[in-house]
This record gives sequence, C-alpha cells and structure tokens, in this order.
Amino acid sequence: MTDAALTATAAAQAPIDTPFAVFWRKFRAHKGGVAGLIVFVLIVLAVYLGPLIHRIDPNKIDIRAKNQGPSFAHPFGTDNLGHDMLAQVLAGGQISLAVGITAMLLSLFLGTFVGVLAGYFRRIDGLLMRLTDLFLALPLLPLLLVIIMLFRDTLRAAFGPETGIFILIVFVIGITSWMHTARIVRGDVLAVKNQEFIVAAKSSGMYEHRIILRHILPNVLSSIMVSATLGIASAIITESALSFLGLGFPSDFPTWGRLLFDGVNFLQLTPSRVFWPGLAISLTVLSVNYLGDAVRDALDPRTLSR
Amino acid sequence: MFTYTIRRLIFAVPTLLVISFVIFALLDLAPNDPLGELPLTIPPEVREQIRAAMGLDQPFLVRYVKWLQQFFINEPLNIFEQLTGWHIGDGNRMRVLSWATRSPVVDLIVQRLPQTLWVVGLAYLFGTLLAIPVGVISAYRQYSIFDQIGTFITMVGYSVPTFFTGVVLIVIFSSYLQWFPSVYDTNLQVRDWSSFLEQLRQMFLPILVLTLYNASQIARFVRASMLDNLSQDYVRTARAKGVKEKAVLLVHVLRNSLIPVVTVIALGVPTIFSGAIITEQIFRVNGLGQLLITAVQGADLPLVQTLTFIFAVLIVLFNLIADVLYGILDPRIRYD
Repeated sequence: MTDAALTATAAAQAPIDTPFAVFWRKFRAHKGGVAGLIVFVLIVLAVYLGPLIHRIDPNKIDIRAKNQGPSFAHPFGTDNLGHDMLAQVLAGGQISLAVGITAMLLSLFLGTFVGVLAGYFRRIDGLLMRLTDLFLALPLLPLLLVIIMLFRDTLRAAFGPETGIFILIVFVIGITSWMHTARIVRGDVLAVKNQEFIVAAKSSGMYEHRIILRHILPNVLSSIMVSATLGIASAIITESALSFLGLGFPSDFPTWGRLLFDGVNFLQLTPSRVFWPGLAISLTVLSVNYLGDAVRDALDPRTLSR
Repeated sequence: MFTYTIRRLIFAVPTLLVISFVIFALLDLAPNDPLGELPLTIPPEVREQIRAAMGLDQPFLVRYVKWLQQFFINEPLNIFEQLTGWHIGDGNRMRVLSWATRSPVVDLIVQRLPQTLWVVGLAYLFGTLLAIPVGVISAYRQYSIFDQIGTFITMVGYSVPTFFTGVVLIVIFSSYLQWFPSVYDTNLQVRDWSSFLEQLRQMFLPILVLTLYNASQIARFVRASMLDNLSQDYVRTARAKGVKEKAVLLVHVLRNSLIPVVTVIALGVPTIFSGAIITEQIFRVNGLGQLLITAVQGADLPLVQTLTFIFAVLIVLFNLIADVLYGILDPRIRYD
C-alpha cells in the first residue's frame, strides 16, 4: 500500500522541473559561468579560510625581512616594512569582498525600492524617474572622491578609523549605483502589474504592501539577481579605484586596491607587490562578470527553447 | 524631432541647475573646514580676513548665486571677448578663482584640456575603430575560434581595471624592456622628427591601456547588436533574393546594428573627460583628471565645484545628443 503510493508520487514528480532546476540546468550549459562560479568560490574560500593555514599576522612588522622576494616562509614576498604579502592579500580580500557585497546589497535594496515604487504607484512614477535621471547625470567618480575627502575625518572620529571608512565607502558606493537596478525593476514591475493575478489579488482585497511582497517581488527577482552579480563586480572595482587614488582605506587596514596603490612606488624593487593584489581584483571581477552573464542567460526566457 | 530637441534642451536647464546646487550644497555643508589645513598659529582676526578673501563670510545662498553668475555669465563673456577681441562693459568681472593657485579656474582647465583630449580622446577613437570590426566578425562567425578568443579578450579587457593593466604594462615595457617612458612629459614640444617620435612613445602606453578598455566595452555591444539583427527576417529575405553576402553584412545588417552602438558611443564621450582620471594618475598625464585629483586633495573647493559641474554638463549634453541621434538614425523611433 505505502509502496504503491510512493512510486506514484515519484512518477508524478519526475517530469516536473522546479524553476531552480531549470535555472541550474541552463546555468551549467554556460561553461564560462561555471568556471566563474568555481573561481569565485575558490577566492572566497581562500580569503576567509586561508588565514587559518597561513598563520602570519598581516600587520606584523619584521623590518629585517623587508622587500623580500617569494620564499617558502613568505610565498608572495614581503613589503618595505616586512609585512607578509600573502597574509596582507588575504586580509585585504576579506575587506574588499565585504565592501563589494555590502555595497551591492545596499544599492540593490535602494534600486528595488525605488523601482517597485515607481512601477507600482503611478502618481510618484514621474518624480522617482526624474530623480533617477538626475543621479545618472551626476559625474560619479569625481563626486565619490569629493564626498570621501569631505566626510572622511568626521566619520573616522565618530565610528573609529576602520568602521568609519567602511561605512562611508559602502554608503557612498551604494547610493551612487542603484539607478540601473531601479530602471530595470521598474520596467519589470510595469509589465507584471497589469497581469490577471495581480488584478485578482487586488479585487480579493489584498493589501498593497502584501501584493508587492508576495506577487510583484518574486516575479521581478530574476532581473534583481542579474543586477546583484554585476553589482558586486562594479562595487569591488569602484572601491579599488578609490583606494588606488589614495582616497579609500588607509594602509594599516588595506584592501586589494590600497595594496596595489602602496605597491606602485616599489614597482622596480618588488613587482610582486603589485601583481598579486591586481591579479586578485581582476580574477574576482572577471569571475563575477562571467557568473552574471551565465545567470542572465539562464534566466532569460528567450533561451527556453534551446 | 526639432520640437523634441528643443523640449529636451529646455528640460536640461532645470536639471543642470539642480545638479549644480547639489554639488554646491554638498561641498558647502560638509563638516570639513576649508581653513583646517592652515597652521594654528594664525591669529583669529587674520583667519577672518582669509575667510573674507575667499568669500566665505557670506551666507550660503549668496555664494551660490554669485558662483552661478560667475560661471554662466562672466566666464562665457570672457571667452567671447578673447575669441572676438571685442570689449563688453568694463571687463572687470569677478571670475571663479581657485583657492590654491589664485588664478581663474577656467584658465587652469584650458591649460589642461589639450593633454586630456590628445591622450584620452585618441584612445576613445582608436577603441571605437578597433571595436567595430572585432564585434562584426565575432558576431558573423559566432562560436568560431575568432569569436571565442575575441569574446574572452573583450571580457578580460572589460573586467581588468585600468589601474592594473596600466601598472603591468609599465612593469613590462618601461621597467624591463625600457621601450616606452612611464611618465608623460608635458613640457615636450614637438619641433622635429625626433621629438615627434618621443611624443608618440610617451603617448603609447596610456593610449594602449585606454584603447583596450574602450574597445572591449564597445565590441561587446557591437557583437550583441549584430547578433540581434543577424537573426531577423529581413536578412533572410535579402539573402533569398540574391543579395551578395558582403552587401547583406555590410549594408543591411551593419547599418541597422550600428544604430544603438552610435548612441552608446555618444554616451561614452563624457568619460573621455572624467573617466580617465585613473589612467592619467598612473601615467602622470597632467590633464583634467589629474587637476581634479590635486584639487580634491588640496580641498580647492571652487575648482572641484567647477570641474565636477562641467563633467555633469557634458553628461547631460551627450545624453541628449544620444537620444536625438537615435531618433534621427532610426526612423521607427518617434518621440512626438
């Protein structure tokens, strides 16, 4: 009796693909995306688990071992103060990735919020979209530099040197990169909101905020996910660029961009100081971009037939 | 189309005013004191005099309106006088002065503009010229070896930040091979053949870095746009009626594919001025980007304000040009 019921449900379940299974099958067909995912996971694992294996304190100064080339004790060499470069790159990676992911989440939240409001409520659509256009017309890199220059010292005094600059950079990147997400989400919401199930939900007396959370958001999730992956890449690039211009994180709390910036002055002596952080940034961004491409292809309904 | 352009132009005015106000307010309301860098031994009354000389003793709105007047009326009049040689009024107009150098901001910008235009502008031009054939061949021979390699290289060129490619090229070509100088020498004047060669050599690396980056971005776009068009019905019709393959590709498909590409190229033009800040910093090209960085580091607020606003004007202007071009090139687009 029980056996028969089990086989019956198994038979009924087999041909039905969950949306995630469809997504995963299409994602796996994209070789670059799979490679990107593997590389990105490896980088994250190395950065967070690496310090457990390579147990040198990144801030330990050993002036006698300064400017060394790669050796068994220091695989990436040392800098002009005798910091171990491998430990520094790993520690810098933790901050770079944390900044990238937090800033992406902030910009995603802002973009989705503005996009859903603009798409769903007709009255504030014009206003919000003009605001988005205004933000798109701002020269972002110059403004980022100016904001950081002006607010750096105050925030450092308020939250301590490390947390202060972290909050500032994440906030600044998040607040200047939400516009594309907002536009895409708005377009999707406009397409979804006139479909029958929304009308049905409305006529059954559902609250507006519950319609948005239960019916609209799940249906625009795919474009949000694409924005999320690409957002990590651009946030990491922006943070490194700011640090590279000397207006990001300080040297004693380095990110990949800051390590690269500090290493440039020692190019002739120890080129590896520039090479490893730069390679880490490039590999991360490249893998995340491939990942984003694959996610977009996998979520694109036009590729269903293939 | 004409009324659309006029309407957009009229709409650009409030946008720019809001942007200028936002920038001004941001700079002004920031908690930093512009005199914070000065030594503490300066007595308070002298400090007050310095503030007055900088114009900081007046209220915020007065300073904003004065800046507007200086930037939108006085500076254009000055440029007009210099171009035509005429004199309008007494010529004693207040100009936007840099705090650090005490010289008019516009003069500083005019000094720096040629370097930026030569290096970054040429890189953008080369990038575009390189990107279109690469994108076209990549799309036409989709999944071929050329396409695979091309897509990979454009992805790498688009992902690897310019501050890394620039530094790597300096290590290889300046440090080891010593073919090209790593620092851009602005004092070099092109008088004869050897100084011309020297100029080419020092422009090579920054242009290479930026060309790679621009070409990657545009080539990805050209490829996507070509692929969209190659699967259209009109292509099959053209082939079916016996149009030569070359004509199908270069006349029918390319022309249609370039419509969105042209707008993307137009949208990218403002980055010639502002986006190359990092590359200018790596190769020590003293162009606009470097001017902005030194101004930001020295807290030279009038210079920062004016430069940032000029970048904003360029963005708004080229957004408008891109939209108008799109309407002109693609007859299916109707704005009215």
